[in-house]
Amino acid sequence: MSMTVFPSKTGAKDFAGALLDSAAATPDGIVGPDGKAAPKRFNVYRNNVVVSLCEALGQIYPAVKTLLGDEYFNAVARAFVTRHPPQSPVLIWYGGAFAAFIEEFPPLEAYPYLVDVARAEWSWLQAYHAADAAPMDPALLGALDPEKVGEARLEKHPAALLVRSDWPVLDLLRANRFFPEDAVAVDLSLSQSVLITRPDLDVEIRLPYPGGAVFIEALFEGFALAEAAGKAQSQCAEFSLSDCLSDCLSSGAFTGLTAGRE
Amino acid sequence: MLGETSSPKSDRIGSAIPARAGAGLKPEHVAEILRTEADIGFFEVHAENYMGAGGPPHRQLEAIRDRYPVSLHGVGLSIGGEQPLDKEHLQRLAALNRRYEPGLFSEHLAWSTHDTSYYNDLLPVPYDRTTLERVCDHIDEVQETVGRRMLLENPSTYVAFEQSTMSEIEFIKEIARRTGCGLLLDINNVYVSCTNHQHSPEDYLAAFPMTDVGEIHLGGHAPDTDDAGRPLLIDAHDRAVDDAVWRLYESVVSNHGALPTLVEWDNDIPAWQVLRAEAEAADLILSRAEETVLWRVV
Amino acid sequence: MKNKAMSAAIVAGAVATAVAGLAASVPAHAQAKEKCYGVSLKGQNDCKAGPGTTCAGTSTVDYQGNAWTLVPKGTCTTMKLPGDRHGSLTELKRDLPEA
Repeated sequence: MSMTVFPSKTGAKDFAGALLDSAAATPDGIVGPDGKAAPKRFNVYRNNVVVSLCEALGQIYPAVKTLLGDEYFNAVARAFVTRHPPQSPVLIWYGGAFAAFIEEFPPLEAYPYLVDVARAEWSWLQAYHAADAAPMDPALLGALDPEKVGEARLEKHPAALLVRSDWPVLDLLRANRFFPEDAVAVDLSLSQSVLITRPDLDVEIRLPYPGGAVFIEALFEGFALAEAAGKAQSQCAEFSLSDCLSDCLSSGAFTGLTAGRE
Repeated sequence: MLGETSSPKSDRIGSAIPARAGAGLKPEHVAEILRTEADIGFFEVHAENYMGAGGPPHRQLEAIRDRYPVSLHGVGLSIGGEQPLDKEHLQRLAALNRRYEPGLFSEHLAWSTHDTSYYNDLLPVPYDRTTLERVCDHIDEVQETVGRRMLLENPSTYVAFEQSTMSEIEFIKEIARRTGCGLLLDINNVYVSCTNHQHSPEDYLAAFPMTDVGEIHLGGHAPDTDDAGRPLLIDAHDRAVDDAVWRLYESVVSNHGALPTLVEWDNDIPAWQVLRAEAEAADLILSRAEETVLWRVV
Repeated sequence: MKNKAMSAAIVAGAVATAVAGLAASVPAHAQAKEKCYGVSLKGQNDCKAGPGTTCAGTSTVDYQGNAWTLVPKGTCTTMKLPGDRHGSLTELKRDLPEA
């Protein structure tokens, strides 16, 4: 039998559409060396895309991966990457929507603390890649007129982030990411908000003093020192301004200040 | 060591990439490279890993750049894509070129972005006239925006397109002729693609436009089989360079002379000493080629 | 709840205490208070963090696990819950307050 066969044109749309959908047929016009359709060959691309993105996610969220186990993490990661592929070729920016995905993912609704661990790990990576800046010299604050020091506003460091949580995020990170060999006891009845900073090269995670999370959040939002301290005090009887301030200054959470008006 | 290395640009080592072996730079190796003052011709980095605002990646690259020539290898521009190039991404590439003054700048004959999604893999293009026009337009745009000649890398592929009307070599030759771009010859990709498509890698290399080649890549691949049980090699960069690839490399440099040669290792990354040994093996082949060339001249 | 700003005198006193403490560069507060407050976690995993792009394919096979049917099994942590319960990955459904 002899007939003219016109080759199929394979658009990037067909190719791309089949990459993330393992149930989709191999696009027309994709062949092996014998000129025949080659689904297994096409699957190499599917595999490259999905596996590399799942691995990327595992590198952003190592504590979540440890908590879930490799097999389960890869299954969740797979569900995420096929629904939310990267929107930029800069992969260091990928994966920020994973915490929200876990939060909405019904099979994981019984593990609400995973969401906050993911938020903290995402914040850690943002601090890692944030712009470099020198932390504020504490003497600047000491040099202000005592009458006006409460009106000062502190400027947030580009690598400073606060993660509010009702779960023991710091201990979960210690046990599942930073000190996996140590037997870190995790008490799920604790609430730990964390302050993440990178004053120079090393990302630091610390637990603010009581009331510190409210205080720091207010400062990040642009409230003056006395206003932020007032908020923290009204929400936390144990709040100590000198401790929290000392922590803010030594962690490198701020780069400078704006003095109150004369 | 990392924290105290911001010497002014004028103190930097020259940017030209020597005809020696280099290694793909991995963050986990940087401290040891600096501590041991490794004797390596150059380091190559993936541009997209240095597009963050600051932090350790830039600090590491600055320290390396102060001591070694660096080449910049883009992975995500999607030059073979059906849609216009991402202008913002192109600007980021141009900015990195200005900041680090790499001795060579290269990208791939592949696509990775369609519509708004980025697929994080180097996907194949059909070799036909329409694609050729588009790739040439994209390369013209890259060279104009970045303000320098780029090298285009031959791909490793697993499938062919029915619609292709040219061979890969014809396609690449025509791109180089029209755009004036240089070529990056990945000999592992040649071996992988030729095996996968049942061509002779020797014939491929004999036909490759060597005068346009500014750099060679070597890397490891993983064996698999296709639908019909034929060998299918995966360009995995997860192991040492295969003996067959070393032999092809030896014949290329003995016929055409020494060229900057990068050893890539991107998955299952080994200790620095292992990667360094691969680069030393390439250096040995390069130095023998130099001797052969000198001997011929005498 | 009204948030009253703290008085200027108290703020000034606290600022003086904090700045003086830092100038002495001794984390005295960290010793005096609960140990875990103000103690930072740093310098871990810093040489290689997060994902990197690669121009390589992979020989790792995607086994296409289904997160709807699998059960999560973390291995690393033992967590303590109020009461006597322990678990590596802890399901909290029964403890969640009514929304």
